[in-house]
Amino acid sequence: MSFVLECPHCGVREVADFAFGGELSSRPSEAPSLRELSRYNYFRRNVAGVQREWWYHRSGCRTWFQADRDTRTNTVLRVGLPGTLGDAPAMPEAGMGEQLATPAPGKGSAA
Amino acid sequence: MTRLPPQPGERLDRKKTLSFTFDGKPVTALDGDTIGSALYAAGRRTFSRSFKYHRRRGLMCCAGQCPNCMVAVDGAPGVRACTEPVREGARVEHLNASPGLELDAMAVTDVLGGPFTPPGFYYKTFIHPRRLWPVYEWVLRHAAGLGRLPQGQAERSWRTEYRRRHADVLVVGGGHAGLSAALAAAELGADVVLADEGPEAGGRLLWEGGHEQARALTERVREAGVEIICSGAALGHFDGLVPVWQGSTLHQVRASQHVYATGAIEQPLVFAGNDLPGVMLSAGARRLAALYGVRPGTRAVVASTSDRGLLAASALAELGVEVLAVADLRDTPTAAAQALSARGVKVLQGWTVVASRGRRALEGVVLAPVADAQRASAPGSIRRELACDLLLVCGGEAPATALIAQAGGRTAYDPELGHFALSELPPGVWAAGQVAGEGEEQLAAASGERAGLQAAHALGLGDERSRIRSAELGTRLGAALRDAETPAPVLAASAMGKGKAFTCFCEDVTAKDIHRGVQEGYDSIELCKRFTTVTMGPCQGRMCQLSSVRLMSGETGQSLEQIGTTTARPPWSTVPLGALAGRPIEPAKRSAIHPRHRDLGATVKWAGDWRRAYDYGDPEGEAQNVHAAAGLIDVSTLGKLLVRGPQAGEFLDRLYPNRLSNLKPGRVRYGVLTSDAGRIMDDGTIGRIDEDTFYVTTTSSGAGAVEQWFSWWLADWKLDVQLSDVTQALCAVNLAGPRAREILAQLTDADCSPEAFAYLDSRQARVAGVGALLMRIGFVGELGYEIHFPAAYGEDVWNAILLAGESAGIRPFGLEPQRILRLQKQHIIVGQDTDSESTPFGAGMPWAVKLDKYEQFIGKWALAHFADAPAETALVGFTVDGGQLPTEGAVVLDQRGGAAGQVTSARRSRQLGRVIGMAWVPSALASDGQSITISDNGAQLSASVLTEPFYDPAGELLRS
Repeated sequence: MSFVLECPHCGVREVADFAFGGELSSRPSEAPSLRELSRYNYFRRNVAGVQREWWYHRSGCRTWFQADRDTRTNTVLRVGLPGTLGDAPAMPEAGMGEQLATPAPGKGSAA
Repeated sequence: MTRLPPQPGERLDRKKTLSFTFDGKPVTALDGDTIGSALYAAGRRTFSRSFKYHRRRGLMCCAGQCPNCMVAVDGAPGVRACTEPVREGARVEHLNASPGLELDAMAVTDVLGGPFTPPGFYYKTFIHPRRLWPVYEWVLRHAAGLGRLPQGQAERSWRTEYRRRHADVLVVGGGHAGLSAALAAAELGADVVLADEGPEAGGRLLWEGGHEQARALTERVREAGVEIICSGAALGHFDGLVPVWQGSTLHQVRASQHVYATGAIEQPLVFAGNDLPGVMLSAGARRLAALYGVRPGTRAVVASTSDRGLLAASALAELGVEVLAVADLRDTPTAAAQALSARGVKVLQGWTVVASRGRRALEGVVLAPVADAQRASAPGSIRRELACDLLLVCGGEAPATALIAQAGGRTAYDPELGHFALSELPPGVWAAGQVAGEGEEQLAAASGERAGLQAAHALGLGDERSRIRSAELGTRLGAALRDAETPAPVLAASAMGKGKAFTCFCEDVTAKDIHRGVQEGYDSIELCKRFTTVTMGPCQGRMCQLSSVRLMSGETGQSLEQIGTTTARPPWSTVPLGALAGRPIEPAKRSAIHPRHRDLGATVKWAGDWRRAYDYGDPEGEAQNVHAAAGLIDVSTLGKLLVRGPQAGEFLDRLYPNRLSNLKPGRVRYGVLTSDAGRIMDDGTIGRIDEDTFYVTTTSSGAGAVEQWFSWWLADWKLDVQLSDVTQALCAVNLAGPRAREILAQLTDADCSPEAFAYLDSRQARVAGVGALLMRIGFVGELGYEIHFPAAYGEDVWNAILLAGESAGIRPFGLEPQRILRLQKQHIIVGQDTDSESTPFGAGMPWAVKLDKYEQFIGKWALAHFADAPAETALVGFTVDGGQLPTEGAVVLDQRGGAAGQVTSARRSRQLGRVIGMAWVPSALASDGQSITISDNGAQLSASVLTEPFYDPAGELLRS
């Protein structure tokens, strides 16, 4: 993997400057069922297309920001601080075959 | 002496000589020579011994493309003599021949081999008995190969630095087309980098009489602001990143647009003995003569499938080389053929070469009509034998499409051209010159200019005029290509009779090997490649891709389109791994107190990214001294975060499973961080300094990850909290032991009495005159104070404490005694005693989880589940009954003798007089007094479980 990303603070840098935080999603707002919890922790949508995702400028200003990236071409369409990018690209739900009742995964099991 | 009189475009300074050694013998060179040209001029014809059969190999391409002249220079193997400039005093040695290059014992494989050593031979023959494979392998690895790597760091003195270069346009290839492309793009305002393999840009112009034009054009390009990287091989195309290796620098060039003007690679012909020194590619001989003033031979024969070889014949004749005959594989004479005939050179239309003659070097060749060639030495076949010392071959030119293919381009076989040509370019990639089929002199400049304009236009540069110009060039190129003459397709292999006819020179793969590969069932090119290793050598298919596909076609009856080519993979050019690895640097973090540890004789070892004092020579004694008097340890490596703001308490409540918002200012609490899967991520202490300020410490190795984790959730939750990582700004030491209080009291204005400064209290006070944060915590199990203060005063405070404690018997202690001490208390080390599956419940810390907390804290739902479903294994302490020290990682057995857990820590404790440790054991065995069996490298140890601290279980000393 090799491309450049634009940090909203520092500008264009090699991707090796950044840590990847995975696809963007929201944490359940109230107690999920065990199945929902597993999905939140362990399942990802893994789209072949544009997805909104988290990035961390680890070797720079240490800011977390978001990017819309095409996972097929590594083209980064836009970047911004959380909440500034507007509507996220349409993405299918992660899952084990059926739809989730609550909005799906967040940062999951980072450990 | 085989030097020619001074040539008009030569690179030599004939007034200046250099000297180097080849296999210990001195060689004289002219300034500007390559190692190859100097050795050739000195009469050397054998440059290397081949990979498998140890056959003699000599200069063939003179362009760094074939593998035939690889030598070791100053210990670095795999260097191509033909392109490596001579440096004064260089130590050049041959590779892969013993005892010497001229007399190589392993050359016997060439005589015996062949019928007995087909592809796959090693793996079929040396399979039984299996236990002997290491012996076979050792012998085989020494028999075949391309040189020896230096063993010691001292021998590996060369090194490479990385350089990042962002540009608008990268042009790869500095021939006529590449230079024109760079100029066109730069003149429209683009930031252009041009990389060329050779020591100067100009490509074919340099040795085909256009050197003045090439040098003038290069100058214009440079003046237009283009950065020209010479002697820079492009290694691959990785998602738009092209590494260009230039000796001691690896340029990582990232451009928006790529122009590939990589030219074409002249192909050898496949015939018996086509590798004998003296058989040379036509352009190789021309380079040798034009650039280095070396006469390639005296009596030459030429075999060619295109005008390129015929023009070389003329050029050699001009230099006074006697051209005995030219075998033109095409039936009809072209203008070039007529010109040769006119000057009295014998041109045989429709003839080819079928064999070479000679032992040490070429002594003669056998020619035959193309139609007759495949019939081997059938009776009545026409043959003509000529004595000569040079054979020029030209089997057409294959476009160098590998980098474009790596970028996503495609090629297709063009039956009219007889090679694989570009059929599709990916976005942002342009092809110019011969690689695009537009290489003839009159086309190259136009093709390059057009590609340069297209690249600039794609960047949004240019205007109406430049667009019109680009369209005009397109029309002109199209018209020229329609009128172009097409060379005859070349025979796959001539004379499949006696003698080895090589398709792959790198790995000694013959035409017969391809035949055998197909017979064994490897009938697709990708399979045949893996079976025979054709195209897998250092030339990366430059010499063999096309001929092996043609041979496959002949064997299988499939068309070349059907067979296709193998996948183009990096590296496109040979590169030492050391160049990719970059500079051998090992960054280390050191505490500000580190110089003092060295003064005190510390054993310094790696601990994660840190260099730390493991002990000061006596780990058990140091631990003992903490119990008896007092010890001081540098814990500056701990991660330190300031969490500040009106919502700081809420923020920490959301992150930790226990409650922190109710922590009173001046108090400290232990916290374990969990993920949303309920797994332990890190641990540390959290002290509240005032209403809005918390001071969080993390493990040494987890500092970065915790900062990243905190700031991530903060970015998501957008609470009114500021996070500052002060890990590097502050030093921290832990003063511990029964006499710690009296030592500290001498140095601080804080009231250190047990009532005023109790266990888990924190105080801001001066220590030895330095503003500090003090926390009474007890990782090592004795009365202790963790003192955090500005790193600039690291050594001063450390010295002051040791001095103040001298009469009380203070001694510094290192990481190892700290590990003994904390193990006595069963205080876990995250990552040592826990792994990515461990939960606070399994790790025996249910008290660190407050499920009745109001917040939906990270990990709550998973922890609620784990609280109801007890873990299968639990972390417990144990003492070994027999007193043996188990290895960390030893297996804990269940009642049936199966593996059910593992030892995570074990130490001999002098204080307790026992071997103690911690281990994950089945929950059924996780109660006091249970006997467990530890299997350690075949030995079985019996141990007893203890779930409370081995030392001071009630914590009375800690609280004293």
